[in-house]
Amino acid sequence: MSRRILLKGARIVDPAAGRDEVGDVLVQDGTIGAGDRAAGATVLDCDGLVLAPGLVDLHTHLRQPGREDEETVETGCRAAAVGGFTAVSPMANTDPVADNAAVIHEVRDLGERAGLCDVFPVGAITRGLEGAEMAELGEMVEAGVRIFSDDGRSVPEARVLRNALTYARAFEGVIVAEHCEDASLVEGGQMHEGFHSYSLGLAGRPREAEEIVVARDLAVARLTGGRLHLCHLSSAGSVEMVRRAKAEGLRVTAEVTPHHLSFTDEDLRSYDTNFKVNPPLRAAEDRDALHAGLADGTIDVVATDHAPHAVEEKEAEFDQAPPGTIGLETALAAVLTHLVAPGRIRLARAVEALSTAPARILGAADHGGPIEPGRPANLVAFDPEAEWVVEAPFASKSRNSAFLGRTLRGRVVHTLYRGEPVVADGKAQR
Amino acid sequence: MNKHLLSIHDVTAEDVVRILDTAESFREVGTRVIKKVPALRGRTVVNLFYESSTRTRISFELAAKRLSADVINFSTSGSSVAKGESLKDTALTLQAMGADAIVIRHASSGAPLTLTKWVRGSVLNAGDGTHEHPTQALLDLYTMRERLGRLEGLRVAIVGDVLHSRVARSLSFALVKMGAEVTLVGPPTLIPPDAPAWGVQVSYDVGAVLPKLDVCYMLRVQRERQRQQYFPSVREYARLFGLTRERVGMLPEGSLIMHPGPMNRGVEIDSDVADLPQSVIEDQVTNGIAIRMALLYLLLGGSGAEAGEAA
Repeated sequence: MSRRILLKGARIVDPAAGRDEVGDVLVQDGTIGAGDRAAGATVLDCDGLVLAPGLVDLHTHLRQPGREDEETVETGCRAAAVGGFTAVSPMANTDPVADNAAVIHEVRDLGERAGLCDVFPVGAITRGLEGAEMAELGEMVEAGVRIFSDDGRSVPEARVLRNALTYARAFEGVIVAEHCEDASLVEGGQMHEGFHSYSLGLAGRPREAEEIVVARDLAVARLTGGRLHLCHLSSAGSVEMVRRAKAEGLRVTAEVTPHHLSFTDEDLRSYDTNFKVNPPLRAAEDRDALHAGLADGTIDVVATDHAPHAVEEKEAEFDQAPPGTIGLETALAAVLTHLVAPGRIRLARAVEALSTAPARILGAADHGGPIEPGRPANLVAFDPEAEWVVEAPFASKSRNSAFLGRTLRGRVVHTLYRGEPVVADGKAQR
Repeated sequence: MNKHLLSIHDVTAEDVVRILDTAESFREVGTRVIKKVPALRGRTVVNLFYESSTRTRISFELAAKRLSADVINFSTSGSSVAKGESLKDTALTLQAMGADAIVIRHASSGAPLTLTKWVRGSVLNAGDGTHEHPTQALLDLYTMRERLGRLEGLRVAIVGDVLHSRVARSLSFALVKMGAEVTLVGPPTLIPPDAPAWGVQVSYDVGAVLPKLDVCYMLRVQRERQRQQYFPSVREYARLFGLTRERVGMLPEGSLIMHPGPMNRGVEIDSDVADLPQSVIEDQVTNGIAIRMALLYLLLGGSGAEAGEAA
């Protein structure tokens, strides 16, 4: 790419360089260029915009192969770009399951063909996500996998998790990511168990179902010295356990979703199936603990758990609808609205949690900053004050968003992927 | 009144009084030789039943017919539902046919609320999952008021599987709304832990509660709950929580025994007890028709004051 772009007058927020100041950034040949060679470049006026390293999602469902009616790698990557992401990690629960190098290669190739952001497929821990036999982790590592997860369910037996965490130590930087919910306690459950579930007559998924698995997994991490990542924490008790585990020195990281940061179980009083997610939206005190955990770094990352579902599947009776909300296009705005605007975290911490920290965990060296000459130009420019109403259509193929109809603050204006403006003035360019 | 009756939370205490008073004026219609008034002539009422319930469906059907409405029964067998048509498509079909009111029974909590998104007519919840069964609660209130003369201050125990009971939810909310004192009784596995937040008391000891009651309301216990290990055996359940012949003597004189039906005689209630004079279970059934007439009439635009004339 020979086109040169000068991003002019942006507030550059770059946690990897400890930088937060107004300045210009030149993009040339897909990388950040030196500022003194800006003459003749196309100028993008970024006055009033924040310029940050492109966002990185550790937890995405792109549904391909298997459910191309809900999302494809291409449409999911477009949704990611519109949301300011330059890298995503699609989970392994596709059909067929990404439990072997062939599927990993397929997803990665589809991502390269789309060319809208980097795609780092997650591999399954166990064959067929069945929780019994370890998948061929080494082959998938050779195919580029850095994260293994049976997301959607926990590894049911501590022994299997122990072996996976131990075996994965053979591979530099590889992590095992767990979905924490005790299957026997959440069977049939539709929402957080508490006052609202009892009143609504919906079977509950108690917060203890998550905490039991978090406690077990932390103990197994201690036993193995393995590198553990905990997906989408939802309960105050889990946050506290992770806080203590980190103080103890365990090699653990954790993520939280924008929807768990934004909503509570009270929102389910409408029986709106877009609020049906696993783990469920919990009580206000849990949401507050998630805010605090993100603020003090106990929770490292905001990850979307972008989960597209067909309209007809979500437009159903509550207990018949599948769990999940899309999230790529609203993640940044949700964090800006619910955490940065009320002063719960600083803007630099938001950028760190959405870009720098997940890039580091993923080992995605081209992402997360620093924004310095010679580095790949994966960048997002957003207006932190712009208010907008979330409504369909989305760039995603699906529209099951928990944020539908909500007013959010903060909107992505430009996304540059390897120097190419894949999103300009808020619109996907292809 | 709201356009729909989905939950007891949709009605105020004043609405409840109006519904019960309206039912009282319709009650007499059922005693006539020609049990019919023209109040809803030309209106269409659809009974949309996704769960088999002969009792509730017949009660609604009779109520609508006694008001001269045209009644259509849609049920899981013999309609497109059995072929896997979605709730939405069924709703749109009924909408296109011009249903003025849809009475829905569904195994999924919240299905009646979901239905309101797709239809213009009134929706009446005839029982949804483990959520609510508001018309049952209103007919129970009617029966209590008829027999005991008041609702305020009544001491009512609801005994059994409260956790999974839509009847218990609606009845608790309704009684608390009307100023009654409610105690939920059952094994702790079948009482919602947060129930005190509904404004009710909780007890695990039937014997301690019975002597202080005006109404002892027994819930049906599903044997399936034993397989799910909510209690060790049906025998033990009957011993600890059933309304036995021995226990019934602990009830004060003049108190009522109620049950929403269908009963498991010998489990939650002894056969002889169900047939005692203080048992008003058949009254509940009779009053159910009058309450449903009142609700259809009020939701489809009648004012309470005209009901006397309509009757």
